[in-house]
Amino acid sequence: MSALLQATQLDAFYGASQILHGVDLAVARGEQVALIGRNGMGKTTLLRSLMGLVPDCRGQRRLHGGDIARAAPEAIARLGVALVPEGRGIFGALTVVENLTMAARPGADGRRTWTLARIFELFPRLHERRHNGGHQLSGGEQQMLTIGRALMTHPDLLLIDEATEGLAPKMAQEIWRTLGVIKGEGIATIVVDKDFRSLSAIADRMVMLAKGVVVFDGVPSDFAAQPELLERHLGV
Amino acid sequence: MDLITFGVQLLNAIQYGMVLFLVASGLTLVFGILGVINLAHGAFYMLGAYLAYWIAAATGNFLIAVVAGVAIAFVVGLLLENVFIRRLYGRDHLAQVLLSFGLILVIDEVREMLFGKDVHAVTPPAWLSGSIQLTTNLSYPVYRLAICVFCLAVAGLIFLVITRTKIGMIVRAGAENREMTRVLGINYDSVNRYVFATGIALAALGGIVIAPISTVFPGMGDSMLILSFVVVVLGGIGSVAGAAIGALLIGLTDTFGKVFFPSVSGILIYLLMALVLLWRPNGILGRREI
Repeated sequence: MSALLQATQLDAFYGASQILHGVDLAVARGEQVALIGRNGMGKTTLLRSLMGLVPDCRGQRRLHGGDIARAAPEAIARLGVALVPEGRGIFGALTVVENLTMAARPGADGRRTWTLARIFELFPRLHERRHNGGHQLSGGEQQMLTIGRALMTHPDLLLIDEATEGLAPKMAQEIWRTLGVIKGEGIATIVVDKDFRSLSAIADRMVMLAKGVVVFDGVPSDFAAQPELLERHLGV
Repeated sequence: MDLITFGVQLLNAIQYGMVLFLVASGLTLVFGILGVINLAHGAFYMLGAYLAYWIAAATGNFLIAVVAGVAIAFVVGLLLENVFIRRLYGRDHLAQVLLSFGLILVIDEVREMLFGKDVHAVTPPAWLSGSIQLTTNLSYPVYRLAICVFCLAVAGLIFLVITRTKIGMIVRAGAENREMTRVLGINYDSVNRYVFATGIALAALGGIVIAPISTVFPGMGDSMLILSFVVVVLGGIGSVAGAAIGALLIGLTDTFGKVFFPSVSGILIYLLMALVLLWRPNGILGRREI
């Protein structure tokens, strides 16, 4: 499998404090990678570094084989990466339809497979709320909208931070179901979440961060065989 | 005051408010979306009026002056954004005030080199230069009515672009969360450039349409700048609809103030501003977070 994304020896800094220490991460086409670890271990910083949002980030980052280490976030987005950030970043003053429309753009290869109709098919709930403002939506609806909005940009790689945090169990289930659909579309994902069980059920690979260092990178079954990792780094 | 005189004053108030809206809507876009205080906004209003005089005199056609004047202002806006204004994003207000004040001096100097400092008059196109006879000794100029209609059309166009088009959605989204629009692949640098150029073009358009009913003179932008800021603050920073309401309120207050309370008419609009801000500190349609 050819690597879609290849990050080598990433060091990321916020001011004087170093958050990531020599992180290596590769994602293949269509691969679903679960990124786990406790709060403050660098998961969000890693996603933001890949998106080009961390000004002081050193190390190699390649997408489709091309160098993106110095690329601006909008350039990385246009090469096929989409971010669903923690806190979701919905535009509250825009309606559901407007949130989706403003982001719509053909993929890097020109494909236009995602339409408003398909997003509404994936999330019937959003269709009911299509004329509501973003700030009128519940947390779960906002998360659906953020994912839908990211899909409208036709990404090859979707970065999802805290996929189900703060959502009611039923909503969380809906998001897990959606991640299955996204995988079926051949879109690669890096998913951050605290629900370790749901993650290991869907992910092709697990990557664990502790204090900005990768402490595990392998298939879920290997991870399950090392319960001491779970205990030490997740406190499960 | 009889009904006809009242009607004439009302039309004057609306027409004045409409021109004020054109200029102030440009200021509120630049202020609200780019976060830049542009003191040179009035200078572009003045420049628009001089461009109208110059192009209308050269071509003999006022409509060409409208189109070419707006186009020139837009291009100047694009260039200025690229060279100067983009350095101001996120900077403190002192830097913005200093740079835009410097722009006023430069624009004044350029105006002096190109057009001199004479006072000029511009004739409206022949088909708009007549008057409508209201009573035997009272008539109303067609051009002033045309300003009202034209400004309403421009206001409608701005409203449509902001509410119905993708670029309008992007501008609104960016005003709310700049980083998120970039993450979605939108090059906000070019959005900024077009927003600034549009703001400048609106200021110039205000100067162009006012030229035939006012005199064109070097300091005409100064009072317009102050009034535009009053309108922006009244309506709520960044709100185009608020600017429309604010501009009409100022137009009505100023026009009828001069009729009914001539001795204090100079302070009435500031009194209005103070009262509105006591009632709504963020302006009539202002958002709380700004």
